[in-house]
Amino acid sequence: MAFEVPNMLFALPEMLMLALCCMVLLVVAFTGNRQINLVHALSQLSLLLTFLTVFWMMGEGGLTFSETYIKDPLSDVLKLAICLVNMLVLSYSYSYLQARKLLQGEFYVLALFATLGMLVMVSAHHFLTLYLGLELMSLCLYAMVAMQRDSFAATEAGMKYFILGALASGMLLYGMSIIYGVTGELGIQAIAAAIANEELNQTVLSLGIVFLVIGLGFKFGAVPFHMWLPDVYQGAPTAITLFVASAPKIAAFAMLIRILTEGMGDMLGVWRDMLIMLAILSIMLGNILAIAQTNLKRMLAYSTISHVGFLLLGVLAGSQNGYAAALFYTLVYALMTLGGFGMILLLSREGFEAEEIEDFKGLGQRHPWHALMMLLLMFSMAGIPPLAGFYAKLAVIKSVVDVNLLAIAIVAVVMSVIGAYYYLRVVKVMFFDTASERPQIAATTSMQYLLSGNVLAVLLLGLFPGGLFALCARIFS
Amino acid sequence: MMDFPLLSVLILLPIIGGGLLLLCKQNHVLARQLSLVISVTTMLLSFLLYSGFDASSHQMQFVERLSWIATFNIEYYLGIDGFSMPLMILTTISTVLVVIAGWQVIQDRAAQYLAAFLIMEGLMLGVFAALDAILFYLFFEAMLIPLFLVIGIWGGPNRVYATIKFFLYTFFGSVFLLIALLYLQFQAGSFSILDFHNVSLSLTQQIWIFLAFLIAFAVKIPMWPVHTWLPDAHVEAPTGGSVILAAITLKIGGYGLLRFALPITPDASMTLDWLVITLSLIAIVYIGFVALAQSDLKKLIAYSSIAHMGFVTLGLFIVFRIIANDAISLGIGNGEVLAIEGAMVQMISHGFIAAAMFLSVGVLYDRMHTREISAYGGVANAMPKFTALAVFFAMANAGLPGTSGFVGEFMVILAAFQASFWYAFLAATTLILGAAYTLWMVKRVFFGEIANDEVAKLQDINSREMLLLGSLAAIVLLIGLWPDPLLNVMHASVEHLLLQITQSKL
Repeated sequence: MAFEVPNMLFALPEMLMLALCCMVLLVVAFTGNRQINLVHALSQLSLLLTFLTVFWMMGEGGLTFSETYIKDPLSDVLKLAICLVNMLVLSYSYSYLQARKLLQGEFYVLALFATLGMLVMVSAHHFLTLYLGLELMSLCLYAMVAMQRDSFAATEAGMKYFILGALASGMLLYGMSIIYGVTGELGIQAIAAAIANEELNQTVLSLGIVFLVIGLGFKFGAVPFHMWLPDVYQGAPTAITLFVASAPKIAAFAMLIRILTEGMGDMLGVWRDMLIMLAILSIMLGNILAIAQTNLKRMLAYSTISHVGFLLLGVLAGSQNGYAAALFYTLVYALMTLGGFGMILLLSREGFEAEEIEDFKGLGQRHPWHALMMLLLMFSMAGIPPLAGFYAKLAVIKSVVDVNLLAIAIVAVVMSVIGAYYYLRVVKVMFFDTASERPQIAATTSMQYLLSGNVLAVLLLGLFPGGLFALCARIFS
Repeated sequence: MMDFPLLSVLILLPIIGGGLLLLCKQNHVLARQLSLVISVTTMLLSFLLYSGFDASSHQMQFVERLSWIATFNIEYYLGIDGFSMPLMILTTISTVLVVIAGWQVIQDRAAQYLAAFLIMEGLMLGVFAALDAILFYLFFEAMLIPLFLVIGIWGGPNRVYATIKFFLYTFFGSVFLLIALLYLQFQAGSFSILDFHNVSLSLTQQIWIFLAFLIAFAVKIPMWPVHTWLPDAHVEAPTGGSVILAAITLKIGGYGLLRFALPITPDASMTLDWLVITLSLIAIVYIGFVALAQSDLKKLIAYSSIAHMGFVTLGLFIVFRIIANDAISLGIGNGEVLAIEGAMVQMISHGFIAAAMFLSVGVLYDRMHTREISAYGGVANAMPKFTALAVFFAMANAGLPGTSGFVGEFMVILAAFQASFWYAFLAATTLILGAAYTLWMVKRVFFGEIANDEVAKLQDINSREMLLLGSLAAIVLLIGLWPDPLLNVMHASVEHLLLQITQSKL
């Protein structure tokens, strides 16, 4: 067997990111927290450079490193999205963390390594690389959630996240080992070939898929594997919640696509029924429980659960349009979540967390522009046109209708009406109630501009969604 | 002239203008002047639709067609026919009235108030002009946002309950519409509404799609028993909000049935016509009695709106009964045309009359800050000019010959006779009931002794209010005496629609 030199270029962004991570780590190690602004700038620069590298390398792709690694249009787009989202996360978090004395080197190092983990996940085409990326990301996230050591809620959230996350990883590994037992392969492509060409024991294969789906369900936070999600979202400092809630979902989407559609595409019949259950339960439970919340972070956590349900609808359609719709949904979700938690960060100030829905009281009078931004976000999440959230829902529901799963589509849209109620309640508090106090905005102006740009992007994507739709469709064609 | 994108300009001008208004935050005077200029310009431009309209054709006119979301074959596809054009003009006129009506009354956040109405105008014009199903749905839903805010911010004491109820009711209805549209696209291969008209569907498919349409549009119209959001919304909404609700949003329900339900699912409409006819007659008779029992002026008018909209749905679906009768005896006769044109005239006329009624209540409310009928009495002594106009509108609401209210109701009742005597009999009870609740209200509010000191101190209407009510009175009288200009533009479209619904898709 001839020794083949792997095409290193396909992993150039990850290698660059690794080098930059180490550089930031060294800077932090030598300067402590004295040069935190430098660390912030370097971290942003790292993400930007990686973004540009991915952008520059777009186009040509293929498998490399003995078929454990892939560079394809899907990975390119997801990597761009991850870098961009994390850049925004770091900008939004700055003043919040500073006010809470959490603006430390560790935050940036962990965030960058987590980003590296996500990039690896997105490009992994082998169970081992996939797991490697997943754990790199998850371990960083566990530590970040528990970073506020003196907060009881945060440490509890960190512990919960760690234990349930470890359990999920265990499930995933168990599923992978069963699949390996049946097919004798760990590479996604090889597994797909084995399923297509060989006579395999279907029962064992299905058992393996069950464990894989459970593991994925945990990572996404789909019902009934959602228990950790509200506690983590509420307990963690909001800036960390923002990080946990946005980019990791993009990476998890890649994992879902790689494992289920690229690896087990021929087993659609087996995993579709499981995803239907997960999706319907997530949409129902997420929307119904969100109504009872008074804490905005917790409400957004339940709303995330329902969004995950919608996203799964696109995947379970099992068609190229469905996958494209799910991708669109993931990207739009990340953008809306950034805006939603960003809004909480914007209104928080020293010694005050704007995380109760009541804290938004009278925002329409206090800060009409920010209230308008929040209004657009809420209507977008509720799926009202002409905002991006509507097209995301439209696309996934269309893909479900196209494969004649009408009943599921009807349940989903009826539940989204229930969902509209709690989003409307936020709008009601902002515009229909009068403010009791009129605090100033503590956030930096640059953050305010970025956040406004973020929300206007949601609106613009709503008016002209054609380009992103075409991009998503091209990736899966 | 042909290349000028008139429909796009009509839709975008108020929306962009509304966005600009949001920028002049505290400058109320500038905001008012700007909104008046924009709304009047839009109205004048909409008259070009009438003058440039070719009434002899049922084809879509002023068509604009651009690719919008190529992946899903969703287009930016606009065009109007004899059904949508009059409703668009109704929209632009109503908006001007609303802007003038809010001139002095709205002092709190006036710029945002006016901006909301202008944006809403653009969206409603979009609803009537859209020929792509998703584009229609977009306007149809987006319209809820400004109306939700208008009722919630500038409404009465119980506004939060009313506006959330309104939003959730209509949103609930419209999600079924979305599923139906997606399913139709799956069958037809495009989102063009005109392609939907030609797609062939089995009876089962048609019945499901029809029910989805019915839920969506019945909530908007609103039909009994999904009407309960309307009285709440009307009572809490500011005057402008009530005017737009009554004059236009209700019409969108009727328009939706005309544009979607009848031509896309003719066989299901035929099969289920009894359902809609029954619900319409319940609305006409039962809601008429309910209106009689109201003690709140706005609630009374809200219930009377539901009863009047019952005529619209009755007219639209009685057609199928007439066709069934004709098949035995006469062939295509006059009754079908009468029914549909009656429904259309009823929509337009109710738009103007309900707007006038709500504006009149607004005039009283601005002075007395109560809508309880019992708080008034003998207003005629203090406000003679206003009383003259208000009594005229009340008569129009009751369907007095010579006013527009008579034309539509009379046409539908005439048509109903060709279907069945009993339909006509029940429908005609409205002439008694409508007269009863309206005139009794007039008697209690305007005539008799002066009830209290506050009534005695009432100032008669100023020139601004005179302009508002006077122009509405002229329109109501004009349509009542000379409905031909309105009817002529519809003939071709109505005949085309009848052709579509008499051809079975099975």
